Amino acid sequence: MNILSKTMIACVGLALAACTQPEYLQGVDGNGAGSGAYGSGSAQDPTSPLYFQQTVGDRVLFAVDQSTISPEGAATLDGQAQWLMTNTAYSAIIEGHADEQGTREYNLALGARRANAVQEYLLSKGVAGNRMKVVSYGKERPLEVCSDEACYNKNRRAVTVVSAIPNS
Amino acid sequence: MMKHVLTLLAAFLIGATPVAAQDSQPLKIIVDQGVIEPLPFAVPDFVAGSSASAEYARNIARVVSADLSGTGLFREIPSNAYISQITSFSSPVQFADWKAINAEALVTGFVNVDASGKLVVQFRVYDVFAGQEMSQGLQFVGTPDGWRRMAHKVADEVYKRITGEGAYFDSRVVFVSETGPKNQREKRLAIMDYDGANVSYLTDSSSIVLAPRFSPSGSQVLYTSYESGFPRINVLDVSNVARRALEGQDGTMSFAPRFAPDGRTVVYSLTRGGNTDLYTMDINTGASQRLTNAPSIETAPSFSPDGSQIVFESDRSGTPQLYVMSSGGGEATRISFGKGRYGTPVWSPRGDYIAFTKQSKGRFHIGVMRTNGSEERLLTASFLDEGPTWAPNGRVIMFTRETAGASGASSLWSVDITGRNLRQVATNTGASDPAWSPLQN
Repeated sequence: MNILSKTMIACVGLALAACTQPEYLQGVDGNGAGSGAYGSGSAQDPTSPLYFQQTVGDRVLFAVDQSTISPEGAATLDGQAQWLMTNTAYSAIIEGHADEQGTREYNLALGARRANAVQEYLLSKGVAGNRMKVVSYGKERPLEVCSDEACYNKNRRAVTVVSAIPNS
Repeated sequence: MMKHVLTLLAAFLIGATPVAAQDSQPLKIIVDQGVIEPLPFAVPDFVAGSSASAEYARNIARVVSADLSGTGLFREIPSNAYISQITSFSSPVQFADWKAINAEALVTGFVNVDASGKLVVQFRVYDVFAGQEMSQGLQFVGTPDGWRRMAHKVADEVYKRITGEGAYFDSRVVFVSETGPKNQREKRLAIMDYDGANVSYLTDSSSIVLAPRFSPSGSQVLYTSYESGFPRINVLDVSNVARRALEGQDGTMSFAPRFAPDGRTVVYSLTRGGNTDLYTMDINTGASQRLTNAPSIETAPSFSPDGSQIVFESDRSGTPQLYVMSSGGGEATRISFGKGRYGTPVWSPRGDYIAFTKQSKGRFHIGVMRTNGSEERLLTASFLDEGPTWAPNGRVIMFTRETAGASGASSLWSVDITGRNLRQVATNTGASDPAWSPLQN
């Protein structure tokens, strides 16, 4: 219940579109991401995963069939690198995604290219390689479900999902 | 897990009908011809040896009819048109009565449950206009719960005799069962008969599963699973659903596995540092070999039936295209040259064609081409068709079709290699990524 109520509070201050995706706010973006990761901490706390997601920006978008980081993407990733360098108790899984225009196999490989481009960028900004993992979901986990460019451009993404490194 | 362990014993029956030599064309359908008129046939309910076998006798005839009609090559004449009935399996057939209703082929059968509880199915196929039996009658013996398989075997024999093509009805399909909305789809491996009957599940839906592929014997299935949080190749034993991850998958992810004809070599894609290449692995020892080494995407590999070559997809030219190389790797020859993007090539079990997915002008197609890339022929067109798999006889293709939009859903479809007889395969959930088994023994 605690997680749920905090998630709902966080929703109040957000755009409606984001509130329609409570699953994502709880960090369940694909079966691989750690569930509940974003239920903790508040968006006002700059050390919280929620702040990382909403204020720093957890995702970069890509052009059709491309894995090149755009200038806007680079700006977002600069913020991600800075956050990760400051908040060393967190590790990141970078999820690469594709839109539905393409075969399942090709999109898996394309998603891997995108996730890798983000990882390389963060590495170049000083984030330690052992704090990052990449995974491709291909076209298996679209964020938006319509079948036109308005949705496709949001689905061609790489999302950095941060979670606390377990205490050893 | 696997329900009926079934031994089918086939035996020839002694011909019961005197051969009436006539000068008519023998009954024959050429599958490769573009447009043909379906051949009218009759399959009266099989004759039951006892009341215990009456239901089997009826149901087996219905499955035989559905198999044949489902090819689009045959058209059943309904029983209310019959002039004479088949009340005895051994009595001479009244050819004139079947000729009068234009039944060019007639299938008769006898079903009995013997003293040991085994189901015995006998059948004969007649060329009505020639007034004679086509080859000899056959007998199958099996356990009663395998009655559908026995029906498929009867239909396979009829199909083989009339078309001259290989059988395919007694086969299974492993696929991904899909439920839930598009952005939270749940996927499970499932297996069914080729016609959608006898569905059972091989995994639960706790992690994404993709693209199952049968071993050459049909006893194992390779697939990609997110069970570890990352795409990894699993191998699953169909008989007891025991599964394990393949050894030595040390990259970011591995996917798109397929067996070689030897049943122990697996070819697959492995991604390292964002780059995807092709590898083979010995499934028993875990020893792997790298086949391609390029900064481009190399994926969707498929062996030729003799194991000497691999067809695969690569974007080394800038867009995804099809290439063929030796199964040991090395130089690859591009075989796709049409406008558009090509993917998921699959070598026909007969070795004569390669089926593929083509993306062109915002539409997706399933197509076939000769193994050198010539004679490209698109068989389907829709918002999204992909992932062809071959029937054991190399004359029919099954694939995934997905509809557009927020309510978009996947389903399985089949089409023959001439582009005729496009039809949906019945599944009770959404379904994708079919893989056709070899013919069962």
